[in-house]
Amino acid sequence: MKPGTTGAACLALLRRDLTLTWRRRGDALNPLLFAIIVVALFPFALGPEQATLAHIAAGTIFVALLLASLLSLDMLFRSDLEDGSLEQLVLSPHPLSLLLACKIAIHWLTTTLPLIVIAPLLAQLLYLPNTVLPVLLIALALATPLLSLIGAVCVALTVGMRRSGMLLTLLVLPLIVPALIFGAGACNAAQAGLPFTAPLLWLGAWLVLALVMAPLAAAAALKISLT
Amino acid sequence: MNPLLLWFHKLGSPPYFYRLAGRFLPWLYVVALVTGAIGFYGGLVVAPADYQQGDSFRIIYVHVPCAWMSLFVYAFMAANGFIALVWRIKLSEVLAMASAPIGAAFTFITLVTGSVWGKPTWGTWWTWDARLTSELVLLFLYFGVIGLHSAIEDTRQAARAAAFLALVGVVNLPIVHYSVNWWNTLHQAQTVSLMGQSKMDARMLWPLLTLAFATHVYFFASLLARSRAALLELESGKEWVRALAKSTPTQEAAHG
Repeated sequence: MKPGTTGAACLALLRRDLTLTWRRRGDALNPLLFAIIVVALFPFALGPEQATLAHIAAGTIFVALLLASLLSLDMLFRSDLEDGSLEQLVLSPHPLSLLLACKIAIHWLTTTLPLIVIAPLLAQLLYLPNTVLPVLLIALALATPLLSLIGAVCVALTVGMRRSGMLLTLLVLPLIVPALIFGAGACNAAQAGLPFTAPLLWLGAWLVLALVMAPLAAAAALKISLT
Repeated sequence: MNPLLLWFHKLGSPPYFYRLAGRFLPWLYVVALVTGAIGFYGGLVVAPADYQQGDSFRIIYVHVPCAWMSLFVYAFMAANGFIALVWRIKLSEVLAMASAPIGAAFTFITLVTGSVWGKPTWGTWWTWDARLTSELVLLFLYFGVIGLHSAIEDTRQAARAAAFLALVGVVNLPIVHYSVNWWNTLHQAQTVSLMGQSKMDARMLWPLLTLAFATHVYFFASLLARSRAALLELESGKEWVRALAKSTPTQEAAHG
């Protein structure tokens, strides 16, 4: 691809972000550990009965994974802001929304995809029936990008702040309620033997909407916070 | 220039708005107080007790107007946020941010009165009913806007960021509302239907509408008072504020 074009800029950004993540690959383990610990705490609180745990398994895993990826959202623009490259992105002649979409994609691939990979392990810990597991994985694959996209808008709004952790949670969680309802709802329906495609289709529709709108909104939000 | 357009431009100027709002403010308070008193008299004394719920239904005279206001104020805040972001009108930023705490208060009152009414009627303080849940999410959205606004130091940047969040919330609110509806109907039907189905008696209805009017007027009064204070703070370095502070300190203190 010719240097200087938008495509080349996106590729360069993708390669840079992947390299940076690889250099600090230890950090990527933190959300995984967090999710495993949260899920492991539930049997201690509720008792080890298989029926009880299987009943709440899908919802618990969903909440644990959403919280874990929320924790890592804070890091989306942090290092770029500190070394000044975020301002260069804003000043670059390429569409900011596209560049941000690349960053969000890399963030999802490096922090949230590993969470989905360990989801079967978490499902075993809580005795989730094996028939529900594929539905859980599909629901997670649709719901977690949504969190990354909507979360990116909120991160862009809070980017200049020193301690944004609690505030970010307050901003993101009300917006993400439907993802939890549809995602965990599909798993619960599958577990009860009911049809589960409708909530998954809703999740997919919302994801498509967010894929188009969220990078544009994140770009606008970032321009507000960096003025 | 077109006189209406001219008036609109003048309204956007902080000193003009400050004076105009100061002139309207006492009248708005009086109207809100009088219509509120009439509405409460009609609702608590004149209206007959409900044949099923007895006197406990009377809490709707607080609950329902506040619930309507919680949505109306959010729409007002988002509309002003949109104007502030697109046309960069300073006054709209101030109005949007001044309405956020009022809206949060209305939402909070809605939740509390709903819970007080739910205890004798449904037998529980809280139920995960679709409407209650969306109202709770709305309260968190308000808290997010207020939290973001107070977390950023630069006032104008804070207002723009919070206004943007309010707009994101507007796009998301219908999705939240319908998803919560869907979630609720999947699990269980509504235990007791609210007043929607049963036609309301006219003797019960007019105090409700009067109170809805009174809460609207009260909202605008409170909004004007809050935005006057916010304008003074925002423009504290400007000439007109300094002139104001020098000329009539006692009178302004009484108004503020």
